[in-house]
Amino acid sequence: MPRALPYLLLLPATLFLVVFFLYPFVNVAWDSVTRGGEMTLANYQRMASHWKFPTAFWNTLLLAGIVVPIQLAMALTMASIVTKLQKGRSTLLYIFAIPLGISDLAAGLIWLAIFEQSGFLNSMLYGLGVIERPILFLSYQNTWVILLAIVLAEVWRATAIMMVILVAGMGLIPKEYGEAAEVFGASRWQRFTRVTLPMLKPSLQTALILRVILAFEVFAVVVALGGTQFPVLMSETYQWQFTMQDRGVAAAYAMVILGISVAFTLVILRLLHVPKEARI
Amino acid sequence: MTEAGTQDAPPAPDRVRRSGRWVFVTGVGLLVAWVLVPIWLLLANALSAPAEVTAFPRSIIPSFDTASLEFFFGFRGVLDALWNSIQVASVTMIVAIGLGAPAGYALSRFDFPGKEAFRFLVIMTRAFPLPLLALPLAVMFIRTGLDDTILGLALVHATLALPFAVLITFSLFSGIPVELEEAAWTLGCTRLQAVIKVVLPLAAPGIAASAVFAFVISWNEVFAAAVLTIENRTLTAFLLQSLDVSPLHLKFAGGAALVIPALLFIFAVRKYLFAMWGIANR
Amino acid sequence: MAEIRIKGVAKDFGTFTALHDVDLTIADREFMVLLGASGCGKTTLLRIIAGLETATKGEVWIGDRRVDQLPPRERGIAMVFQNYAVFPHLTVFENIAFGLRMKRMPQAEVTRRVTRTAELMHIEQLLKRYSGQLSGGQRQRVAVARALAMEPEVILMDEPLSNLDALLRLEMRAELKGVLAGSNTTTIYVTHDQVEAMSLADRISVMNGGKIVQAAGPVEVYRNPAARFVGSFIGNPPMNFLSASPAGAGQWQVGGQVFAGPEAPAAEFAIRPEDLHPSDTGLPAEVRVVEPLGPHTLVTATVAGQPFRAVIDSTLVPRPGDVLHLAPMADRIRWFNPETQKAL
Repeated sequence: MPRALPYLLLLPATLFLVVFFLYPFVNVAWDSVTRGGEMTLANYQRMASHWKFPTAFWNTLLLAGIVVPIQLAMALTMASIVTKLQKGRSTLLYIFAIPLGISDLAAGLIWLAIFEQSGFLNSMLYGLGVIERPILFLSYQNTWVILLAIVLAEVWRATAIMMVILVAGMGLIPKEYGEAAEVFGASRWQRFTRVTLPMLKPSLQTALILRVILAFEVFAVVVALGGTQFPVLMSETYQWQFTMQDRGVAAAYAMVILGISVAFTLVILRLLHVPKEARI
Repeated sequence: MTEAGTQDAPPAPDRVRRSGRWVFVTGVGLLVAWVLVPIWLLLANALSAPAEVTAFPRSIIPSFDTASLEFFFGFRGVLDALWNSIQVASVTMIVAIGLGAPAGYALSRFDFPGKEAFRFLVIMTRAFPLPLLALPLAVMFIRTGLDDTILGLALVHATLALPFAVLITFSLFSGIPVELEEAAWTLGCTRLQAVIKVVLPLAAPGIAASAVFAFVISWNEVFAAAVLTIENRTLTAFLLQSLDVSPLHLKFAGGAALVIPALLFIFAVRKYLFAMWGIANR
Repeated sequence: MAEIRIKGVAKDFGTFTALHDVDLTIADREFMVLLGASGCGKTTLLRIIAGLETATKGEVWIGDRRVDQLPPRERGIAMVFQNYAVFPHLTVFENIAFGLRMKRMPQAEVTRRVTRTAELMHIEQLLKRYSGQLSGGQRQRVAVARALAMEPEVILMDEPLSNLDALLRLEMRAELKGVLAGSNTTTIYVTHDQVEAMSLADRISVMNGGKIVQAAGPVEVYRNPAARFVGSFIGNPPMNFLSASPAGAGQWQVGGQVFAGPEAPAAEFAIRPEDLHPSDTGLPAEVRVVEPLGPHTLVTATVAGQPFRAVIDSTLVPRPGDVLHLAPMADRIRWFNPETQKAL
């Protein structure tokens, strides 16, 4: 068997990733610290001094801070239900997984149908006699409603990915551990917190990392529901690249997103670290 | 058990179990509604006449008027965008599987120096906000003439899909016992023949599912599509750009056009959801 | 002619040496069993002969061809795998026909051979089924039929019966022996089951620590183990070993008794548990555990503080604490060099 075979098989994918992943990243990093060919921090200064930057930065963190914990709780609930179920398991799993295939833009539009002025929420409130005429929910006066709508849309759209990872992780935990805990007198809740959760750590880790990074990349949902009234890092990146035609500042934004993504990844890796010997 | 025995038995545990069951069923019902109702509402809008969409109050029952959809598909640029989306997603699918499957096979069948480094490279891609790649690539593409082309965007989308393709096919091939291949060798197959005659038929459904998955990744991607295309907009880029200017019924019909294929895709690959994400644990 | 010659074959996995310079010649049409505990290198040796593993050094010859650089398909072998490796996407017919189709054999010949081997393995009524519809035993039959259909010079079998339950294993063992005796192939059969090895083999190669310790006929291996390991590995219960102290030229004292033995600086006494009979003057064995097994009784005891087992007639019922006097049959006593562990 030729020794070179595995390398030949890996070569195309590796080359591809080098050209379209490593090289552009070096490029972004370079673009962010140069202006007109000179090393400078001007891009970062320009980014940070723009009035929208702090808002975009905190909005992004706030969104992630609200959305991810809700999703974690919901994903755990859904995964527990699916794992427990014997009948109708695959149907329920399919339904829960549907949002996985739905684009964030489509998700934004779906929730726009609910929150817009002539939308379903207004119609329902009107029908119930709570309001007399439709309210303009998604306006700059109602930033918190925009936030709520974005949170709902994000929770709706991206919980599925965590759920599927957690279901897969729960499937790896042999039933005997739970049964053993039951024999030793653990209640249902204790079994969940003392047996399932600790053994689920590797999956939780993956799910959280994936989800947190995606949360920092939130873009189309925000644009669909809030337009430019709710700036986040990704939408600002887009603005600088397109509307302002300033690649350097856009690159600086990209580095900020990259920076917080890496930072949070490291934190999650650290918090949910499971030593190799202690894995299933 | 006698009748008296039944009456004497303490009823409490049974009642607790029954009420627990009721809570469980209600919870499941609510979660199902949570997922399905918003989709229903979007479809209800898409299947209503334009005037009804902006009318107030909205009925949650659609009138099954296709005027919105007709308007949408008749709108200038929509059909082109749809066609672009399909082309980009198809090329993405081919590139991701074509490059990813051999790599997945190599990872599952060989031990060699550098294997861990490659796995690290693949896993690392998931820790980075990949759509941002579109920024430097936009410049690179202008230099190479790939700007605003189907291929250029598909290459970026393939960067998103390739790591998944590698990991999914890795898990698929790992699930096929090496002995089957070895048996084929002892029965007269070359390495390639064994892959074609034994491994591929067994992995085919899973590979198809991961191809569909790559298609969906591209189909749904917004940021890179919006950054990299100007004339040749994909459907997502088209919808994003026209958000400010287009009437509501156009947005909703567009949303429905994005969602319906996604529903079918997920249905098609539902058996392989775990193969795709379960591997995330390794 | 498919004589197999293995010359100085060694295999390293990183720093671990799985095989040390193995030499072995297997005669044409011989049934050779490689026997040993897991990790002894027997499967590695088989896979090197098959071409599924590359030897670090050494040569493999089949007939007059040197094959160690050839891919498996060019070696004229067929193999039966431990987990059967029946292709799940093909019917039983197509599984058996697989190798023949690779040789581009005409359809009529394929059908003839598949039918013949299927009949031989009693699976002719399963030809249209898929592997998922078969039991373990049936899959095993398909795997053997697939190998036989190739009419190879050499059949290699890697623990083919170990995944079957006990009763089925017994049945398949006898059947395999019959079928392979009727074919003209040289067979190499890997197992960790000594009973399987004894019942099937023309010759057994007992392996330990990546070396062949002894290669001989089953009775020879049992009666005259070439090394202490062979005696302790083959036989259930295994051979007893007792330390011996010199008592004059060729005389050794063992457990208070004097036996005639080899002239050597040191020696260890060995006797099989069934080669003992109760007497007034035998080795004094203090009984610890008595296990009546039906046809005979197994007694676990100590002789001069060393563990000792005896298989005695079931009419005798000793109790724990009793002292039995067990006389070894003189012609069954074996002696080993305590240094080299080899037979004296």
